[in-house]
Amino acid sequence: MADVKTETPTGAPPRRRGVEDPGFGPKRRLTSGGIVALVVKVVLLGIIDALAVFGLYVLIGKGDWVAAAVLLAVVALVNYIYLRPGILPGKYLTPGLFFLAIFQVFVIFYTGYISFTNYGDQHNSTKEDAVSQIIRTSQERVPDSPAYAVEIYRQADQYGMFVSEPGGDTAFGTNEQPLEEASGAPDGWERLNLNQILRFQDEVLALNVQVTDDVNDGTLRTQDGSTAFVFTSTLEYDEAADTFTDTESGVVYSDDGEGNFRAEDGTTLTPGWRVVIGWENYAYAFTNEQIRDPLIRVVIWTFAFAFFSTFLCFALGLFLAIVFNHPTLRGKKFYRILVILPYAFPVYLTGLVWAGMLNEEFGFINEVLFGGANIPWLSDPWLARLSVLVVNMWLGYAYMFLVCTGALQSLPDDVIEAAKMDGAGAWRIFRSIKLPLLFVAVAPLLIATFAFNFNNFPVIFMLTGGNPRFTDTTLPIGSTDIMITMVYKIAFGSGGGRDYGLASALSILIFIIVAIIAAISFRQTKSLEDLH
Amino acid sequence: MATGLADVTSKPEKPVGSHRRQPFGKWFVDKGWRHLVGVAAIVFALLPLAYILSASLNPAGTLTGSNQLFRAISFVNYENILTRDGGIYLTWYWNALVIAVVSSAATVLLCAMGAYAFSRMRFRGRRTGLLALLILQMFPQLLMIVAIFLTMIWITDVFPAIGLGTHAGLIMVYLGGALGVNTFLMYGFFNTIPTAIDEAAKIDGAGHARVFFTIMLPLVTPVLAVIGLLSFIGFIGEFAIASVLLTDPRDQTLAIGLFQLVSGFQSQNWGIFAAGAVLAAIPVMVLFLLLQRYIAGGLIAGSVK
Repeated sequence: MADVKTETPTGAPPRRRGVEDPGFGPKRRLTSGGIVALVVKVVLLGIIDALAVFGLYVLIGKGDWVAAAVLLAVVALVNYIYLRPGILPGKYLTPGLFFLAIFQVFVIFYTGYISFTNYGDQHNSTKEDAVSQIIRTSQERVPDSPAYAVEIYRQADQYGMFVSEPGGDTAFGTNEQPLEEASGAPDGWERLNLNQILRFQDEVLALNVQVTDDVNDGTLRTQDGSTAFVFTSTLEYDEAADTFTDTESGVVYSDDGEGNFRAEDGTTLTPGWRVVIGWENYAYAFTNEQIRDPLIRVVIWTFAFAFFSTFLCFALGLFLAIVFNHPTLRGKKFYRILVILPYAFPVYLTGLVWAGMLNEEFGFINEVLFGGANIPWLSDPWLARLSVLVVNMWLGYAYMFLVCTGALQSLPDDVIEAAKMDGAGAWRIFRSIKLPLLFVAVAPLLIATFAFNFNNFPVIFMLTGGNPRFTDTTLPIGSTDIMITMVYKIAFGSGGGRDYGLASALSILIFIIVAIIAAISFRQTKSLEDLH
Repeated sequence: MATGLADVTSKPEKPVGSHRRQPFGKWFVDKGWRHLVGVAAIVFALLPLAYILSASLNPAGTLTGSNQLFRAISFVNYENILTRDGGIYLTWYWNALVIAVVSSAATVLLCAMGAYAFSRMRFRGRRTGLLALLILQMFPQLLMIVAIFLTMIWITDVFPAIGLGTHAGLIMVYLGGALGVNTFLMYGFFNTIPTAIDEAAKIDGAGHARVFFTIMLPLVTPVLAVIGLLSFIGFIGEFAIASVLLTDPRDQTLAIGLFQLVSGFQSQNWGIFAAGAVLAAIPVMVLFLLLQRYIAGGLIAGSVK
């Protein structure tokens, strides 16, 4: 359809002054613009294709065939859209849709997937990685093991160890490759001198070369880059049985199907690995007392915060809009500019500045306005909630003020005149005429503001950080946390470990709530009717 | 409905015969109380701003020392914040500016292209596309932060240059949310430009790119400015996603840096934080004041549509 409307000029053929390439009809040209457009297009596509080739090379090298296929398909589609004449909407929408598809649509589904896994600090890799990690972290030096003289070699970012065994044999090995007999380091490897050993100390310390193919035989490690000792794990991994056995106590740890090696008494080895655990995160959120009760409080507060924030900002904004909306008020312009200044102040600073002003011991509010009182603005749960609301009102009323001022000024004069004629007083006119008309205009905005405040991360995070902490849970959440700050803290908080699975499950729960709000507001405002 | 928007802050109405003396009581009921409210509102609006400006100028530099407004004036805090850790503050400043400028410019371009397609072309899936954008914008990216973080880890394996810890990666993530939020405002504005204009150009032989860049974009400059400015303000203050993706202190932005400055040692670092905050706020506020007329107009146009 688009082609008909936009590519072929209706009526006269395009043989007018100022047309480039008069000999070519638009259908046959590579681009509808001039030579500049063609060059830009070719260069941009060239960059994209070059990157894609590089990406394909890496992906195939890693054996990630699915990703490689997806990348190939996407790049082919992009080339098709831009090289073929026509498909005009595609040419304009593709760049935006590309980012939207990855960082908005794909990540929604990915969030859903993660919410069914145990992904987190304790389970952040594959089972293979977990096994080798467990072996490496449980290593101890073998008592009375002989000292091996070693030299450290390097190639690119790989490190290797050339070992002279006490018996006189020499061998070479790396982190990936167990010791193999060799008379010297392979070609291309460069020996580190003392300075370099000091400089790459971390890498040298992390060098961990298996003595034989079997990891249970132990590995060579060096502290100083010149002598190495054999280290073996106190835990022995049995590949056939898929179990770890503690060589000292004899305890057997086996795969519990939930991403851990677990002993019969319930103790687990760390780290575990990533597995799909089904509905467990959701079940945890709904049934575990540690989280269910705090979660309910957080949800209620999230709604209360969003509602009261929207209401307070709207009330103050509307009030000020009415106050300054007087035809002959002097200094009106001056008032209006100064009053919207909070809206221009960066949000993240607002929270931090107010946090300082509301500080219980040294803050401006207590020290100056309340004459040295010690009012716990941010450490008492209810006062903290009040503070959050007031600060958010400071931040948000200017927006409502602007919107209401505009809406008030565009109210039809004739209706108000008619009401005056009929003898209505100022209050009556406001309540029965102005306010309803105003609501029609700002109702969609109020819903949008509610939805915005529902996920208003910076105010909460910068002002209180969600504190004061709940005392009845080990999760790092508190009285002023709304759902989004809770998700952030569970996923990336410092205390209590990161739990991506649980955080994603909570994100999905917020999705559902937001979707319900959205559905209701759609029905209410019928904003879809505008889509013609 | 959108006619009154130019009035928001400019164009004072001409007083009509109001210079006659009124009795005080009548004046107060009509206008006087409005001045009282106005003064109270200004105090409420400006007190935190005056406070932080005063704290930044106070050489004491602590929270307690900052309570007497404008008692002492010195620029020692500014000197300290600028020289701290080898001038890391300026690095943060630069990072924040680069990220915000590039992201908002790209946002404006992507949105304008999207709005142009939706407004001027008729194609299959257009309605569905608009509806999908409307719904997607309800889910802020912050909600997907875990998945974004893990996706970026994966991208780092393949394209380290645009992966975790890079500004390019962060900008890409921001662009993912660009289309949904702003395309609607632009779409509404594009629809107000008569199609006769671009159709005439097409009849004269202009290609679609020429129509878009040389005819449409100049006509919709006000809405481009509004969206550019609002997204600039949004990006320069974005904390959560940036704090997750940018781990090296040298790569971080003002929001993260200033947060870390006071999150642990609020009382001691207050003076230099205040100086940093003032320096961070000034460009945004100046820009805002210069363009506030358009912002007010844009917000109202968006609301009343």
